Parts: sequence; C-alpha cells; structure tokens
Amino acid sequence: MSHRTFLMFILPSLVAMILFIALPLVSVVTQSMHIEHEQVLTETENCGPFGCTMETTVDAEATQRLIDEKPMGRFNGLGTYFDRGHLASAEVAQAWKERESFGGFLSDLYNLPLYKAIAFTLTYTFVVTPLTIVLGLLIALGVNRVTPILKGPTIFVSLLPMIVTPLIGSLVLFWMIDSQGIIGKSLQWIFDDPDLSLKASPALTWITLITYGVWSSAPFAFVVFYAGLQTVNTDSLEAAQIDGASRWQQIRYVVIPHLMPLVVFISLIQLMDNFRVFEPIVGFSAQANATSLSFIIFNDLRGDTMRFNSAAATSVLTVLGVIILLTPVLIRTWRDFKGKAV
Amino acid sequence: MASARKTPKGLMIASTAFVLAWIVIASFPFLWTLWGSFKVQGDFFSKADWRYALTGTRTIIETGGPFTGAGYEGAWIEQEFWRATLNTGIIVFFTVIISLTFGTLGGYALARSGHNYSFWLLMVALVFRAMPHITLVSGYLLPFFQWNVWGHLPTAIIVLVAINQPFTLWMLHSFFLNIPKDLDESARVDGCTQFQAFRHVIIPVMWPGVITTGLFSFLLAYNDFAVTSMLLSRENQTMVPAIYGYLGSTFEEGNVMFAVAAVVSSTAPLFVLVMFFQRQIVSGLTAGAVKG
Repeated sequence: MSHRTFLMFILPSLVAMILFIALPLVSVVTQSMHIEHEQVLTETENCGPFGCTMETTVDAEATQRLIDEKPMGRFNGLGTYFDRGHLASAEVAQAWKERESFGGFLSDLYNLPLYKAIAFTLTYTFVVTPLTIVLGLLIALGVNRVTPILKGPTIFVSLLPMIVTPLIGSLVLFWMIDSQGIIGKSLQWIFDDPDLSLKASPALTWITLITYGVWSSAPFAFVVFYAGLQTVNTDSLEAAQIDGASRWQQIRYVVIPHLMPLVVFISLIQLMDNFRVFEPIVGFSAQANATSLSFIIFNDLRGDTMRFNSAAATSVLTVLGVIILLTPVLIRTWRDFKGKAV
Repeated sequence: MASARKTPKGLMIASTAFVLAWIVIASFPFLWTLWGSFKVQGDFFSKADWRYALTGTRTIIETGGPFTGAGYEGAWIEQEFWRATLNTGIIVFFTVIISLTFGTLGGYALARSGHNYSFWLLMVALVFRAMPHITLVSGYLLPFFQWNVWGHLPTAIIVLVAINQPFTLWMLHSFFLNIPKDLDESARVDGCTQFQAFRHVIIPVMWPGVITTGLFSFLLAYNDFAVTSMLLSRENQTMVPAIYGYLGSTFEEGNVMFAVAAVVSSTAPLFVLVMFFQRQIVSGLTAGAVKG
C-alpha cells in the first residue's frame, strides 16, 4: 500500500486522535505550568474626619479583564508539581529529616493527597490483577469440567459483572453492603457485631474496593482462559497421563504453560484498566478512605472552583505513570517486531 | 481439554459446587437489586429485619401491595429519566457509527501496510488506550469553555469517538489481518483502486468483525462516566451521570429508590445485549488474546 493511500485511509481516525487525544495532552502540560491570576489589588486612600487610612480593595473588573485576556492564568513553571497537593517536595524533605522510623515516614507521606492516591492506585492495581487471573483460571477450569448444560448459562451470567457500567455495578454492591443492606446485615450477624460497617475503616474500604475489582474483572480472565483451554493439545495431556502425571501435575506442567501467553495478555489489559480505577471510588463513596489518581483529578475539576492547574499536573504525573507501567510491554513488542523484520 | 481418564466423582462435585457458587456471586447482586427496586426504601434498606425485603412488609403497609412501581414512576416521570435515556441513545448511536466508519478505514490501512510507521501508530494507540480518560478530560475543559462548545451532545460524541479510536483500530486491525490478503490483491490486479478493492471485496466480508467491535464501542460509550459527567450540561446529561446526580439527595426517604429504579432501567439494555450477542462478545474478548 502506497504512503498516499495509507494516509487517505487512516486520515479520519488520525485526525480524531490528534485533535482529541494528542492536543489535549499538550493542553494538559501547558495548563499544569500555569496558575490562576492573583487578584488585582488597588490601594486607595480613604480620608475621613479622623484622618486618612490606606485601604486595599480587590479590583474585580481588572481581575476579570486579566482572566479574559489570558484564561490559562500566569506562568508558574513547575511550581504546581512541587506544591503540597502534588509531589510536595518540601513536606517530603521535612518528613524525611524528622523521621523516627521508616514506617513513620511512610505514614507522613500517606497524609499527602497525591501519595495517598498513589498508594491506593498501586495497591489496587497490583492486588486486583493477580487475584483476577487466579479466580478467572479457577472458574475456567471449573466450567471446563461441569456438565455441558451448565456451560452456556455460566458464560452468560459471568459476563454481567464485567459489562455492566462500573459506576452502576459498584452502586449495586454499595447498597448491598450498606449496614442496612443484605450483605452488611449478614456480616454484622456473622461477626456478631451490630456496629460493623464496611464504610468506616480504611482497611475495610480497601478490601471492599478490591473485592469489587476482582468481581468485575474476573469474568474477562475467565472467558479468555476458557477459550484457551479449548485449544490445549490433547496429545501432550495424554502423554503426561501415560507418564503417570497426577491431575495437578497435568495442570501445572501442560495446561498452565499453554495458557502463559494469555496470562501476559490479561495482565497487560488488567494493569491498564486497574491503574485508572475511578468509578468504584465514586460509587462506593469511598473518597474519605481511598482515593486514586483519576479520582483526585475528577475532584479538582468538579465543584465551583475548578483547579485546572492542579488537575493538569496530576494528569501529567498519571500519564507518566502509565508510560512507566507500559515500558516493559512496549520494549517486548518492539523486540518481537524487530525479530519479525529480520 | 478432553480428559481421557474419567473425572473422579469428588472432583466433579467440587467443581460443580464452585461454578454454582460463582454463578450466585455473579448474578445475585443484580437479581437482588431488580427485586428490591419494586419495594419501598424501608424494605430495601431494612433497619428491622433483612427478610422484609423478601416479604415486602413495609411495602404492604405503605402501598397496600407487595410490589410498587413508585421508584420507577419517580425516576422516569418526576426526575425525567427518559430525557437522560434519550441523550444516552443519541450519544451511543452516533459514537458507534462514527467510530466504526473511522475504525474500519484506519484498521484496514494498518493491516495492509507493511511500513514501519504503522507499527509505531499501533504502539502510540496502545499508550493512548491505556491513558485514564479523566486525564484527557482535564485537557478538554478549559479550551471547550473558551470556544463555547462545552455542554453539547456533539462535543461529547466526537470526544468519545476519539477516545474509542485506539481500541477500535487495534481490534479491527487484527480482524483485517485474518482476511486473506489475496482477496483484495486479486481485485487490484483486475484493475481496482485500493479504495474500490476495499469497497467491493472487503466490505462484504467484514461484518462479523465490525459487529463485534461495534459491541465494544457501544459498551464504552454507554458505560462512560468520566467524559459525559464532565462535558455535558445538565439538560444534556446521560444516564450514568444522571444516576450519580440522584445520589446527591441519597438517604432522603424515597429518593434512593429513584436511583435504584434508574440503575435497573439502565442495566436492562445491557442484559438484553448479552443475551443476543453473547457469542460475539466472547469472540471479541478472545480475539486480542489469540494474536498474543
């Protein structure tokens, strides 16, 4: 295909991506380096019967003019990145200097909004992903064994937690775990503690969110593994059986190696999706105990005062995080591509 | 995995039990919410006894019957949920149509071009695909305010199309790779231009892949919260942000039930979708995996 034809075909898609993905990224970077204007102050001398006083007033008109002229605000360099709401370099340095123990330092860090969000985002990503894979594999192995009548309905039902709107899925669970809802009540009864509430403590909130994460993404892993299981080579399985391999050994040495490429694929998709965890926090109203990078951006942008610069700085840091997360994959794919070319 | 040896009974029972447990875990929350949406709040969130939700004790006291449509009436008529439904319909329809048009053209080009830059485009698309949508939203807001395009449905549609492109390109690209090259090459030999070859040879055979990709574009647009909640004005709101809006007034007696009814209403189309397109969804999920 000639370069020209290629360009003609890809143009609409390329234009859409440049205009609404690449340029917004430029916009985010620029916004993050600006900060809102200071209010224009005017000093007027106020003379009355008891002498003159200097009075400072906000010149609303001049401020508005300034905002209209330069809506992005004034240039601030990397200032926003290092303020208390983001990397908080000063606070971190101080906490490090005054640390009594490493744990103490970490808990100081945890009180800073960005680090709190990073802590939850990373924990969520790296706990949910492996659990999803394990649970998905177990379901796939289970479904593979049960009677064929059960298979169709299981796949149908399994797809539900995955395709349902994340915000709605989390709301459905949120209502059930409410201390007056069915799961909340049952837990109170099981643990014999009438005050037990899953919303109260950070640890329980984290567990709830992670449980939701596994519930909603295990179906994806299950479906992929189940498709993979249909293509396991029967000859190698039989060979393993003849060699006297136990059922567990067959799974460990024949089935799992066969599924390994799928594990890589699922982990990649899951890492990307879990890193942007956002809707569950909104749905579970968990912001007091758990915030994520996406959530703090959302939080900056809603309400009456939108902190564009703050949201933009967090966005840039998040995108950097995504790139770091994807680097191993990108390098691997690049090697494969080079290998194919040679 | 056809097992040559017969599965022992114990293992059979254990796996059946496990699968049944999973079925309950996956479906019970939806059934419970569907059931509860026809009750009053006093039953759905029961202070006294959770069994009220089953028997509908408070519902009988308050409305005279064991089931009530009050939540639905409140959501659809009083809170005008139909308006949000209509907006979602418009957004989803146009997003899917435009995404697929752009995506088939682009995906076809990527699949047939052996040049280095198509590889790089796919890699860039992968990075774009991984970016949290909300980071892009923070880039849109200020310019959209400036240009006065904030709040309108077309704005949200084009943004969703763009966000959808990386995924659509990947999926259709791998789908077109599976269509033999000989097909369009022989058309080219017969004197067709590349576009004519695409039009007359590829389009007739591409529908299974397009439908599968379309389903996922539909899900992305339908399930979106980050973009639609930030970019649409109140009167143009779609379903998911509207439901989020009801929560502001949560735990005011009755209003929670509006949200519950709205949640059930907006889950119903997805339920139907899975019922009819289960096979396509499954093949779409596994399509990427087979490529590795």
